[in-house]
Amino acid sequence: MITTKQLSVAYGDKTIIENLSVSIPKGKVTALIGPNGCGKSTLLKALSRINRIKAGDILLESESITSIKDKQLAQRLSLLPQTVVSPEGITVRKLVEYGRAPYVSHWGRLSTEDKLIVEQAMLETGVAELGDEKIESLSGGQRQRAWIAMILAQDTEVVMLDEPTTYLDLSHQIELMKMMRSMNEQGKTVIVVLHDLNQACRYCDHLIVLNQGQVVSQGAPQQVFTEQLLEEVFNLDAVVINDPVADTPMCIAR
Amino acid sequence: MINFRLGSLLLSLGLIGFFSLFIGAVNLSVSEVVYTLLASSEHDFIINQYRLPRLVLAIGVGAGLGLSGALVQGIIRNPLASPDLMGISAGAGLAATSLLVFQPDAPLYMLPLCALLGGLLAAGMIMGLAYFTDPTPARLALIGIAISAFLTSGIDFLMIVNPIEINTAMVWLTGSLWGRNWDQVPFIWWTLALLLPLSFWLAWRLDIMGLGEETATSLGISPNKMQFGALLCAVILASVSVSVCGTISFVGLLAPHLARMLFGHNHRLLLPAAAGLGALLVLISDMLARGLQPPIELPAGVLTSLIGAPYFIFLLQRYKGWS
Repeated sequence: MITTKQLSVAYGDKTIIENLSVSIPKGKVTALIGPNGCGKSTLLKALSRINRIKAGDILLESESITSIKDKQLAQRLSLLPQTVVSPEGITVRKLVEYGRAPYVSHWGRLSTEDKLIVEQAMLETGVAELGDEKIESLSGGQRQRAWIAMILAQDTEVVMLDEPTTYLDLSHQIELMKMMRSMNEQGKTVIVVLHDLNQACRYCDHLIVLNQGQVVSQGAPQQVFTEQLLEEVFNLDAVVINDPVADTPMCIAR
Repeated sequence: MINFRLGSLLLSLGLIGFFSLFIGAVNLSVSEVVYTLLASSEHDFIINQYRLPRLVLAIGVGAGLGLSGALVQGIIRNPLASPDLMGISAGAGLAATSLLVFQPDAPLYMLPLCALLGGLLAAGMIMGLAYFTDPTPARLALIGIAISAFLTSGIDFLMIVNPIEINTAMVWLTGSLWGRNWDQVPFIWWTLALLLPLSFWLAWRLDIMGLGEETATSLGISPNKMQFGALLCAVILASVSVSVCGTISFVGLLAPHLARMLFGHNHRLLLPAAAGLGALLVLISDMLARGLQPPIELPAGVLTSLIGAPYFIFLLQRYKGWS
């Protein structure tokens, strides 16, 4: 689906990712994990063209993303940034409507089909009855659901989420993980940056472990997630046991 | 509700515009004014060559400044920004006065072009400084005021070493519609006719820019292209306005703020509302400028500063947490 070829990405003079080649499988939920500063968010931003590519290339299917037009790329690839800005005074519906931006005409008018897709996205995320509420009046969990609705309205084959659970309490984190799974069941390829390793193991099909801008290990959680990896990459002394509910690996620090 | 407000704005522009035809050193009755507009009469010069072009210019220039301010504030997400506080107007003014002083015989159309060059240079200067220092909103306003003061001192210098009549100086030092006539009308109205559609094209994209650069990019809107487009639009509008009547200060700051209070944050409404309110502000200022103590003519820019400067101080107070 998405392949990076000898990719290098830098912030100013500081190279974060160098010579990275990795492919992200189609139709799966892939988690990018790794210690702080390992380049996982940077990779996600490079994929959505927020961070410039210094060298190498990123292929979507077999096309270089630098050769795809802004609008076309936005019809295929969406991103929920780690920190989002909610402008003053806009309603939930308005926010979700922005998700249709890559499809509307020059003057930004929504078609009837666009409006239907917006309503559908709000229903799926449970914010339909909040449509006329102002974003700033919502709770953290509701707000994140409204943003997910915007991403759904964008109707892309690939969805990228950058630490989507950061500001949520545990029950809302689980709710979001489930929403992510249901997006995947609808056929979307999901790429997510997660800090919670146990959630990554439980809710993702494929892990890509990054350290210092390099792929250390990748594969299904059962194969990748070992005590040795935790020791080497996260510098963490932990035991890995089977999650009694989902039968996926989970770690407990010693 | 919103339509009602837009309607009232247009209506008050029309009414106050008509009323402004009565203001000035010579008192005319309603029938005299209407008769002169429709046919002609002995008052033809006062109405058709003097007050009417000023009315048309005041609306055009005010709309240009208001729209320019709304675009600048929309694109750099800074409520303290406006073309005059960022030095764009001063740059345009300095370039225009230089042309008047050094090339007095230059054809009339050179004036807006020259002003535009000055405006672009000043905008380049402040954006360059902003790029390297990444200032907070309040600090960007400070940098802008410094650049503005520097460029305005250039205008002062030119005006002092090349003594000219006081009314011309008034135009370039404080902004005034004195002595403007139909000659300047095409410049500002053509500019508006070309850039209004473009700003509608920008409008909903500016709304999306409000979601932050990362979200805008992932929605297919390139922040760099938008910033360049909106800023260029704003500089052209402000510069041409300045080439017509000098720097009428604070209109570019006040109009978008008023528009936001009355019409909300949606740029598709905000942009036309800021243009309308800018027009209203300049129209009223010009009316007061020639009506307060006829036949003495006050500069319209002084009147807008009377409201604008205290409001700017209020804004600085309100956003003191930013620096």
